[in-house]
Amino acid sequence: MLEVRNLRKRFGGLVATNDVSFVVAAGSISSLIGPNGAGKTTIFAQISGFHQPDGGEITFAGQSLIGLAPERICLLGVTRTFQIVQPFAGLNVRENIAVGAHLHRAGRREALAHAETVAQRVGLASQLDKPAAALTIAGRKRLELAKALATDPKLILLDEVMAGLNPSEIDEIIPVIRGIRDGGVTILLIEHVMRAVMNLSDHAWVLNNGSLIASGTPAQIAADPQVIEAYLGHGAAARMAAQQQEAHHA
Amino acid sequence: MRNLAAILIFTVVLLPLPLLVKSDFWITWLTLALFYAYLGQAWNLLGGYGGQFSFGHALFFGTGAYCTAVLQIHLGLNAWAGFALAAVAAGAVGAGTGWLVFRYGLRGSYFALVTLAFAEVFRILANTFAFTGAGVGLLVPLQPGIEQMQFASKAGFFWLLLVLVMLALLFTWRLENSRFGARLMAVRENEDAARALGVDPFSTKLTAIVASGAIAGSAGAIYVQLFLYIDPNIAFGPGMSVEALLVPIIGGLGTIFGPVLGAFALHAIAEIGRMTFGEAPGLNLVLYGLLLVAMVLFLPNGLFGLGKVSFGRNILRRLFKRGAHA
Repeated sequence: MLEVRNLRKRFGGLVATNDVSFVVAAGSISSLIGPNGAGKTTIFAQISGFHQPDGGEITFAGQSLIGLAPERICLLGVTRTFQIVQPFAGLNVRENIAVGAHLHRAGRREALAHAETVAQRVGLASQLDKPAAALTIAGRKRLELAKALATDPKLILLDEVMAGLNPSEIDEIIPVIRGIRDGGVTILLIEHVMRAVMNLSDHAWVLNNGSLIASGTPAQIAADPQVIEAYLGHGAAARMAAQQQEAHHA
Repeated sequence: MRNLAAILIFTVVLLPLPLLVKSDFWITWLTLALFYAYLGQAWNLLGGYGGQFSFGHALFFGTGAYCTAVLQIHLGLNAWAGFALAAVAAGAVGAGTGWLVFRYGLRGSYFALVTLAFAEVFRILANTFAFTGAGVGLLVPLQPGIEQMQFASKAGFFWLLLVLVMLALLFTWRLENSRFGARLMAVRENEDAARALGVDPFSTKLTAIVASGAIAGSAGAIYVQLFLYIDPNIAFGPGMSVEALLVPIIGGLGTIFGPVLGAFALHAIAEIGRMTFGEAPGLNLVLYGLLLVAMVLFLPNGLFGLGKVSFGRNILRRLFKRGAHA
């Protein structure tokens, strides 16, 4: 459904995206993981049109997204959320979601009604009349999800929707995300919460210093020595293997 | 629906005032308050709902004023036609400036400065050319009669302005309940978030500045018929720009009734100022400056915000903050 080929982006001397290629299958939940600064959000920004890549190709349902403005890409059915939540602070929750709903609905009444339906799906139904600025961080993450969902996307890019949530809030949002996929929306996640990645994804890619270093099911990824090194430092995989062996012998 | 009822009540209450108030002074006062309310409504559309703080709305006001005055004097055009053309001309100027500033993504204080600069350029141009009367200005001939938008009694202009203010109120009410309004407010709150949801900020802001400019231009045409005189300083000077922005800021940014409330409050204060300080020229601008500072500090949601303080936000502070490091 989404195909990224040989994507390259540099900011001055920093190579943010180094020859990255991957394919997101329709109807799947996939994850992009990696340490802080690996370049995950930069890839999202290129897919959604906020940054222009220096080279490579991004196609969605056969159409190239290169050079399109974010609003055009959204109209094609690809919507992103922001890692740092971006609510329309002066509007209430219902009006916030309605901005997304208006993409395919001209009438105010229709858009507000759709906003309510979406709010129910993400568990915001009881807060519809609250100003967005008054929501807790968990509420804002849900709002971020709801606004994007209201545009009726085919592919949704979720940038760390679980960061800053406590374990019980994470447990609440996992079924919400699965429910969105079951509703026919393909999902690509950036996530640090490993429990969620393991639990949700069909497929995961690991990014480090701008390059993909591993690809596979979450279980395969977790056992990959290169991935362990990326997270825990050089030599960590060997040390862990040695420790395990010692423990085995003892 | 509540707002619609309020608009109706406002109109019905003000409608018979010229028949009840016999003093010419008060009729003039009310007429001017309505005039500034109308100008403020134009500004509120772009500044209050769109978050684009113009410091040069005199640009549109003056374009409208000169458009109707020049066409009337040099070509003998009818005043009502001049009124319509003034709106078109000012809307076109809005499209031109909007295209330039929004294409290059100027926001916050940069947008404010560019609008101010454009108004100044037009002021200098109007000061230069003969067909605008240069520094002397233009005198519109007195032709009493409703067909030339000149009324025998003071009440005529009051009613005309009341109708215009009511239409602008209805327009704003429609805006609040429309897709365009939702997009405009989304752009005001957060442009990137709006883009991610498929809103095109460029075309949204451009539409807003054209509409705002057209309304301000029509206010200029009214001004010319009311005073039968226009010169570069009145038309394009900072005085009119300040009035246009102060009225909605005092009343309540991005609210339907804010500009009306603000215009009446501001002109009550200005009147008191005139009585206290006498006719010392320029002192009312000092008063306006103090008022603006006080509003930003203590009542960022305007007088209208007094009613709903719980709505814990303020566009103004955020805008000034954003402007500081834009």
